[in-house]
Amino acid sequence: MSVFGAVLKRDLALAIRQSADSFTVLAFFAIAVVLFPLGVGPETNTLAKIAGGVLWVSALLAALLSLDRLFTVDFEDGTLDQLVLSGEPLVFVVLAKTAAHWLTTGLPLILLSPVLALTLHLPAEGYGALLTALLLGTPTVSLIGAVGAALVLGSRRGGVLLSFLVLPLYVPILIFGTLSVEAAILGVPVKATLALLGAMALFAAVLAPWAAAAALRQATE
Amino acid sequence: MHRFANPTTFMRIANAIFPWAAGLSAVLFLIGLPVALVTSPADYQQGDSVRLFYVHVPAAWISLMVYGMMAVSSAAFLIWRHPMASVSARALAPVGAIFTALALVTGSLWGRPMWGTYWVWDARLTSELLLLFIYLGYIAIADAFEDPERGDKAAAVLGVVGSVNLPIIHFSVEWWNTLHQPSIIKMTGFTVDGSILLPLFLMLGAFTSYTIAIWVLRLRSELLAVKLRNARMSEVSLAPSLNRGAAE
Repeated sequence: MSVFGAVLKRDLALAIRQSADSFTVLAFFAIAVVLFPLGVGPETNTLAKIAGGVLWVSALLAALLSLDRLFTVDFEDGTLDQLVLSGEPLVFVVLAKTAAHWLTTGLPLILLSPVLALTLHLPAEGYGALLTALLLGTPTVSLIGAVGAALVLGSRRGGVLLSFLVLPLYVPILIFGTLSVEAAILGVPVKATLALLGAMALFAAVLAPWAAAAALRQATE
Repeated sequence: MHRFANPTTFMRIANAIFPWAAGLSAVLFLIGLPVALVTSPADYQQGDSVRLFYVHVPAAWISLMVYGMMAVSSAAFLIWRHPMASVSARALAPVGAIFTALALVTGSLWGRPMWGTYWVWDARLTSELLLLFIYLGYIAIADAFEDPERGDKAAAVLGVVGSVNLPIIHFSVEWWNTLHQPSIIKMTGFTVDGSILLPLFLMLGAFTSYTIAIWVLRLRSELLAVKLRNARMSEVSLAPSLNRGAAE
């Protein structure tokens, strides 16, 4: 477990020193959300209706854009080879890097989302569900994304390929995330969809690091 | 050359299956197509459009069966490093993608007269569409690397990840659909008569044996492609002076 702490600390330190990266992801999130009222029209009822979906889709796309920096830099400068050669369990390395990724992109996205929800006139009942759903769903986004990011290391056309691989796998998160917000607005119990989001996060936390570790090993062979 | 570690035995079995699968498929198509398209009765509700069913249902079945075969091949490749397993998975992916597309196209052609629209966000349609994306992603990553072996491995991981995810996707899409709109269409709504079952089973058998035959054919050509690549590589490495001369 010491390797978990060490990698987490290192990645967080790097992210803080290059905080422009995280900021860009947030800026993209904001821009993407702002485009929707411009495209759909400023009508309050329409916006309120689609607010949950728009926020989720934009958050997924923003997180997707940030995935390539999860491993690419370490892959190019040889750090990844060192980590693989170190003999430490690669699964914990992946978990630490994913945790760092979530702390530097997922968490800021969650914090920004209520502000953006205001601009979309999200009904007041929706905020709690939106935040909880994002809190439960974004770790899965980082975990599945880690598998995709590890798979495309060293490939041609990595970025486009990554979104192509990962977006279909994000569909369940999008569905239950949006449904939670909608259910809260309608006054229906949201426990079921939130519980499913939590279940997917636990499921992904157990399986995704293994798949990503296998992919990293292949990439550094 | 370790790709050829054990393809001889594998291909001997595959080649033995091939004439049977191809023959069975030819016979079943010869009987099944006339029965399905001409002699079977038109449905009292759907009219002649019911005949699309005899292509649509087998195509959808094959799209899932091929993914199953691909997932097993991928897992076998990751566990035992058996080189034939990755050749098999690579050979299957385009077949699965094409049958998925065929199921979607025939479904939407059937939907136009029946439901009055080419596309509805029905749970089955949506998860079939996502299956198509997963197939395309698999094909894309298998070809995305300079080193084809790296592509094999990455694709195998994706194949296994996809097989874990597909049931979750299907289940979540179904949940989403039932909450969003009342289901207007129920497959079970039609009484399935014996006159429909016979051509359906003939066509299911025809499609399945066709897929097995195509799989063996594609295995052969994948192996030949590997041989060709290796032959070219050794040709290049045999003439290093020539290469150096060209580079300078």
